[in-house]
Amino acid sequence: MANKPIVDFEAIKNNLSNVSKPIQVLNENAEITDQEVFDSFSDEDLVEFMKKMVWERALHEQTMNFSRQGRMGFYAPTEGEEASEMGTVLAMKKQDYLLPAYRDVPQLIQHGATVTEAYLWSRGHVLGNKFKARSMMPQIIIGAAYVEAAGVGLGIKKNKEEDTIAFTYTGDGGTSQGDSYEGMNFAGAYQAPVLFIVQNNGFAISTPRAKQTAAPTLAQKAVAAGIPSVQVDGMDILACYAVAKAARDYMVAGNGPVLIETLTYRFGAHSSAGDDPKRYRTKDQEQPWFEKDPLIRLRKVLTDKGLWSEDEEDKLVEEYKASFKDAIKEADNVPADKVSDMLKRTFEIPTPEMKQEIDKFEAKESK
Amino acid sequence: MAKKTYIQAVTDALDIVLEDDPKTLIFGEDVGKNGGVFRTTQGLQEKYGEDRVFDTPLAESGIMGLATGLGLTGWRPIPEIQFMGFSFEAVDQIAGQLARMRFRFDGLKNAPVTIRTPYGGGTHTAEMHADNLENFFTGVPGLRVVMPSNPYDAKGLLISSVENNDPVLFMENLKLYRSMKDDIPDGKYTVPLDKANVIREGNDITIVAYGAEVNEALKVADSLAEKNISVEVIDLRTVSPIDTETIFKSIEKTHKVVIVQEAQKMAGVGAQVASAIAEGAILSLDAPVGRVAAPNSVYPFALGEDIWIPRAKEIEEKVNEILNY
Repeated sequence: MANKPIVDFEAIKNNLSNVSKPIQVLNENAEITDQEVFDSFSDEDLVEFMKKMVWERALHEQTMNFSRQGRMGFYAPTEGEEASEMGTVLAMKKQDYLLPAYRDVPQLIQHGATVTEAYLWSRGHVLGNKFKARSMMPQIIIGAAYVEAAGVGLGIKKNKEEDTIAFTYTGDGGTSQGDSYEGMNFAGAYQAPVLFIVQNNGFAISTPRAKQTAAPTLAQKAVAAGIPSVQVDGMDILACYAVAKAARDYMVAGNGPVLIETLTYRFGAHSSAGDDPKRYRTKDQEQPWFEKDPLIRLRKVLTDKGLWSEDEEDKLVEEYKASFKDAIKEADNVPADKVSDMLKRTFEIPTPEMKQEIDKFEAKESK
Repeated sequence: MAKKTYIQAVTDALDIVLEDDPKTLIFGEDVGKNGGVFRTTQGLQEKYGEDRVFDTPLAESGIMGLATGLGLTGWRPIPEIQFMGFSFEAVDQIAGQLARMRFRFDGLKNAPVTIRTPYGGGTHTAEMHADNLENFFTGVPGLRVVMPSNPYDAKGLLISSVENNDPVLFMENLKLYRSMKDDIPDGKYTVPLDKANVIREGNDITIVAYGAEVNEALKVADSLAEKNISVEVIDLRTVSPIDTETIFKSIEKTHKVVIVQEAQKMAGVGAQVASAIAEGAILSLDAPVGRVAAPNSVYPFALGEDIWIPRAKEIEEKVNEILNY
């Protein structure tokens, strides 16, 4: 047999790391790295971006407070991911379909659900899912939203709905699910307008990104499905918005799916149910990310421009938190669910056996 | 009226629902140009176009996710899982997602999906093709499971399944696909999704069966009729829900029952029927409940099927045992 290998696999492997730098408009020192894109935003736009991030941070802080008081159910903290979450969702329109995961509750609210509904969802009440938004409820099964998004995207295309896309979120861990690939592949095969957003926050609970996959970037996972993809600085709301908007514009022009990987960081725990990041992260690993806080860099730009002050921000936070307190009071006043109603909502028309069960429970419930 | 095979009856039903409702869609592996590996969708892409009848990439979870998403956007999907054994790949999408859509949204949204899939032993397929997985899927709340035993029912039940707004798992029996022909009406008719069929009336003993075992039960009824034994045969038609009322009524008359299934005995349809009888009709019985089911082993390889699946001989033995109790 010949000794000279016909192919240099090591070179091919090394070549996989030749990827573009993540897209950025504003770096962590609040320096503008893309003047042209920066200039495309008005002062009002910039203030609006800041307000949304302040809102999401306040929502997180207040929800953690409620959680400590035992007033929440399942909650996945969002602190640190404001630019990634608000930047992408602000580029969407009301007619777009959202398929969120459990850390994407702020986007769901932004897309039309109420904070009260979000709290009810967290507590585990069915009325939390009866929002008016064009959205699935936050998905618990990681990867499931990606396959369903392909179907929603194809549905939009078949309905000939103009200026409409589906957008869906998963995390770095989520890209390891077979369903993530199946969803991308189906959307690609049908050229369905689906925006796949991977919020790479570095950890799937405790498992670091490096242990999820040998792929140099998660954005590359779209390539195999024939989908254009890009990495973006997930701590830069201007970049997240600009990329998401460009993706949406591209898709509504009649093109197929796009994938965006946002490089972000979860400042806190995976969930409020006892996860302790100290078990798997060191201060040295965390500190550089805390310094990239998306609020810090935009706050500096706005303050320098005379568009923002600490006082104004404090006032806003107070206002937002007051509205969240109203929302949880509203959630407190929602009547408890009933077993008879659980049976009734299982099928459109209850089966004969279920009718008997319903009667039995209704008799109990009326006592 | 025309003589049609089980396959042709399925095609007939699909043709009707495609014609009737412009929102219906058929998709799956090889269902388009090829007309499905069993030709159940033969000619439908040609007639209704690629927008309505189309091939999918080879991925069952993807197919079911597509169905759920299309359902949420106003379509009425009829996906095909090429063989039931492949549905393991799609269990989250079927049981975790689709079946609970109405429940999760409190009826605000739903996904009216009918999943068609061939199942059942006796045709010596490759491994993991023919498994009887109804035991598994009848345990999924929110999912209806339909198992027609003949071409007439296949057509009527399939039309009902598609028109129903709940998700339905429609199981088509491989062994019956080409081995049975019935005179079935042209045009549209429906068969209800919650009513068992007393397919043979009798007075001495009741056999409860479904799918391919209904025909085996009828053979037993014929054979015993020669000995002046009158057997009533109930075809469940749907295994979720199970029509216990029809079963109880029959038992009140015959006082004896044998429950027959092709699937393994453990925790399944037969066990559910026996438990319902124990709860609701035990005082009508004057003998123990008889059960005929496959052994609780892993589903056999092709050459093992014929000694593993219970058929008429085993049913007749059990019926005689219960009659002589």
